Order: sequence, then C-alpha cells, then structure tokens
Amino acid sequence: MIDYNKALSKTIRDMKPSGIRKFFDIAQGMKGVISLGVGEPDFKTPWLVRKEAIDVLEKGKTCYTANSGLIELRKEISKYFERTINTHYDPEHEIIVTVGGSEGIDLCIRCMVEPGDEVLVVEPSFVCYCPIVEICGGKAVVIETKAKNEFRLTADELSEKITDKTKLLVLPFPNNPTGAIMRREDLESIAQVLKGTNIIVISDEIYSELTYSGRHVSFAQIEGMRERTVVINGFSKSFAMTGWRLGFVGGPQPIVSQLLKLHQYAIMCSPTVSQYAAVVAMQSCISDIEKMKNEYDMRRRFVVDAFNKLGLDCFTPQGAFYVFPCIKSTGLSSAEFCEKLIYSKKVAVVPGDAFGACGEGFVRVSYAYSINHLREAVKRIGEFLEDLKNGKIQ
Amino acid sequence: MDQLIELLKTNARLSDSELAVMLGKTEQEVKQEIEQLEKDGIINGYAAIIDESAYDPNSVFALIELKVTPQSQSGFDEIAKQISSYDQVQAVRLMSGTYDIIVEVTGKNIRDISLFVSQRLAAIDAVQETTTHFGLRVYKDNGIIIGSEETDERGLFL
Repeated sequence: MIDYNKALSKTIRDMKPSGIRKFFDIAQGMKGVISLGVGEPDFKTPWLVRKEAIDVLEKGKTCYTANSGLIELRKEISKYFERTINTHYDPEHEIIVTVGGSEGIDLCIRCMVEPGDEVLVVEPSFVCYCPIVEICGGKAVVIETKAKNEFRLTADELSEKITDKTKLLVLPFPNNPTGAIMRREDLESIAQVLKGTNIIVISDEIYSELTYSGRHVSFAQIEGMRERTVVINGFSKSFAMTGWRLGFVGGPQPIVSQLLKLHQYAIMCSPTVSQYAAVVAMQSCISDIEKMKNEYDMRRRFVVDAFNKLGLDCFTPQGAFYVFPCIKSTGLSSAEFCEKLIYSKKVAVVPGDAFGACGEGFVRVSYAYSINHLREAVKRIGEFLEDLKNGKIQ
Repeated sequence: MDQLIELLKTNARLSDSELAVMLGKTEQEVKQEIEQLEKDGIINGYAAIIDESAYDPNSVFALIELKVTPQSQSGFDEIAKQISSYDQVQAVRLMSGTYDIIVEVTGKNIRDISLFVSQRLAAIDAVQETTTHFGLRVYKDNGIIIGSEETDERGLFL
C-alpha cells in the first residue's frame, strides 16, 4: 500500500482548497439556481477572434511558438501597454505571453520568493496569491483594505506591514471581489512608501479595461516605479476570452528574463491557436471592449442601486464586474447569508470571506449577467430579506 | 438615446426608474426621451414577443410573397395599406428583388391561411401572383431566442 500522505508534500496537503468549493457543490446540486457567482464575462469572444482560431486550425498552424510567445503578439502587447498605460516594454526581452494572468502571478511569486520571505497581499482579493507564496515557503502577510476607504490600499496600511523581510507586494486593482480601483494619487502615495526599498510590486491588472470612472492607471506608470513593477494582464476579462487561457506579463528585463526560464521549463509556450487569435483581438477588436464595458457599466449602476434600495450598503465600485455589498445588517455571517439565500431563494452569491478574512460581512455579486437575469435575482434577494425580517427563514 | 432604445428592445418592461439608474439619467429625463421617441414615430408600440407554437400548437405562420402591379397614383402604398388593415397580418414590407410585397400572417391552421390568401390577397386586382411559405419552427424573433432555455455553461468560479 502506498502511503499517499508520505508521497505528497506537506505544504500541499495542508493547503486549504478554495473557500468557494463547498458552496459551488451546493449550487451545482440544485435545479433552477440563479447564479450571481461567476467570475467571467457573459459575452462571447468577438467573432473575428473565433474566426481566426478556426482559420489557424484549418491551416494546421499548431506547432509550439517561441517560449515567450509569438513575436507578432508580443509586439501587439507592447503597443497595447504604450497605448493603455503609457509604458514601454521591449517585445523581445520584457514581455512573456502566459497561460492566463494566473500563470503570470505564479511565475512572479515563484521566481522571487524564498523561504522566510514575506509577501504583502492586499485583501479581499483573488484567491491564488497566498497559496503560491506558501508553496515557496514564503509568508503571506495580509493587508486588509477597508470599506470606509472604498477598499483602496492606503500608504499607512502598507507601511505598517513592511519589515526587512518584505520582498513583494501584490497589488490587485481593479479588484476582484470589491470592484475597488486605485487612482493615480493613491498609487503615488504607495510609491512614496516603496521608494528606496527593494520591494517588487506584482500589479495584477487583469480587470484594467473595466474601469468606469476615468482611465485605468498602472503602478508602473508612477514615476520611478516601472523598475520595480511587473504588470500582469491578459485577454480573459477584456476580450471575453477566459477559456483561451492567455495572459501576459510586462516587466523590467532582469526580472522577465528569469521568469522566462521558469515559464520555459514549466509551460514551454502558451497555446498557439490562442496566440494567433489574440493577435487579431489586439488588432481588430478594441471596439468590442468598449461595447462590453458600456454594457457592464449599465448593469453596475442597476445592481448598486438595487442593493442600496434593499438596505444592503454597497459602495459604488469603479472597476471589474462585481459589487461587494455589506450584509452585516442581517445579523448573519457571510457563509450563513449565502447558504440561506441559496436554499430559500435559489440565488447564488459568493461569501466575502472566500477572498480573505476581512471579506467577512460582505458578499460578492457578479454582474456578468443580462439585465433580465439580474432583475430576477435582485427580486429574489429582496424577498429573502423580507422573509428574514419576518422570521420566515430560520 | 441609442442605449435607451437598445434597452427597450431587449426588455420594454423596464421601468423608467430602472432605465434611469442604468443610463445614469434622471427618471424625468428618461420619461421625456421616451415621449420624444414616441412622438417622432421611432417607437411605435410595445408588444410581447409570443412563441405562437407554445401558445397554440395548431397555429400556423406564413410568409407570403406578392407580385403587385403598382397603381398610377399611389404606387404600392394603397395596396400595402389595404393588406395591412387585415387582422391576421402581422407585418407588411415592400421589398426589392423578384417580388414586391412580403406579408407575414398567422392563422389558426393551414386552411385559415389558404382562405386568407385565396379570398383576400389573390382577390386584389393589382396582385398578379402569390407564393406562400409556411413556417416550420421559430428560433429567434425580434432579437429574442425562442423556445430553448439558454444554459449558462460558466462554472461558479472565482
């Protein structure tokens, strides 16, 4: 008999599965559930992109590409960075095409973190940062953002957590799950704190195209910060291309050249068909981004308004496609709220604490759904709150 | 204005206040814009999109092509208006191509439509020829997918 416990690394065995798992199983097992749970666009990938993939398959262009990705694509990505965040990355040496933004995050953390290093992780946030830090033997140090600051990271919160072991800061804005963004002045005050340190910033900007007030600003754009920043972005959210598994990183050459080694050994290269299609996305589908964004923006206003009317305080998110209403007024925990809601009204939302302990008291609501779908869900949540008040739900 | 029209096309039952929130306007502004659209003849009505075959499995939909001799004064207008006045008729359009007018009709059964074509349409002097196509199944109507529950294949993911 094999002792699997001995076969598997202790770090992995001790790692908790994503907090959402249990909840996902409940929702899967029920019929007629209206979900507000997903973290991906409801739009189809623009037709031109799909068409290109079909053409590429027909022509049989299915070999490996260069490790760092097709040079045509890297050139497009370089132009994209210049256009959107006004920052130059050399397509030859400073850009890697990755398997989703996720791989970019993984590369950065694994290439930089050694046992004992501390990594500052802003929470609430996407679930992958801390586990990867732990795999590397590093220590994830959570910085909790607060509703009263609209879930922005403040310079004070950052300063408090910096020690001489701090190696990395993960900056996930526009933020999943809160929808918070960092304005230029917010980033500038963060830069003041980091100036003169050796701390590198992983700026996870996967939702950058979904910024609703003004333009997205990258940490790399702040004076003197490019040299300490690796920008993570990708095609998933902006072009509705989640399943294509395509992201990219841009960063200073000394870092990117090392990331490339790991990428080379672990991944070889990102999916070729997706890469060809992504060239077309960059060249011809920018207007689709705008259309989708306008649609999200309408839904965002609708959902924020609806939750506030229901008495669940909800700050107006400026990015991504989530709202993060506070449910403390119900007296329930996030997990209780979500379970009762799904069992009684068949509406699935995600408990806020799945995104870090400080998400407790909130739920994440995705508005990557049609207005009609959102309307029905909001109606049911309204009924749920009534039932709670009248003691109809135990 | 464009966004307002798009929203009403997908769901005309959205209330003024819902529309206002989504468009970042006041309820009063939305009300006025809609009134203006109605006044300008851009919005001509609000109707439910019915899956006739679900409502009455025996009902029949037909597209009827008409070749018509234009009248000296009114061209096709007079005849098109006359055809439009029949209750069974859902839509009437003047077309380019091999025929002139296309008529959308729903009837209780095939006989109902045959009678309508032979007694009403073919009986019009200016109508030279009719070709009737019966609908077999509707997949999409007025921009709305009919009949099939669209399944969301997305997982509940972070």
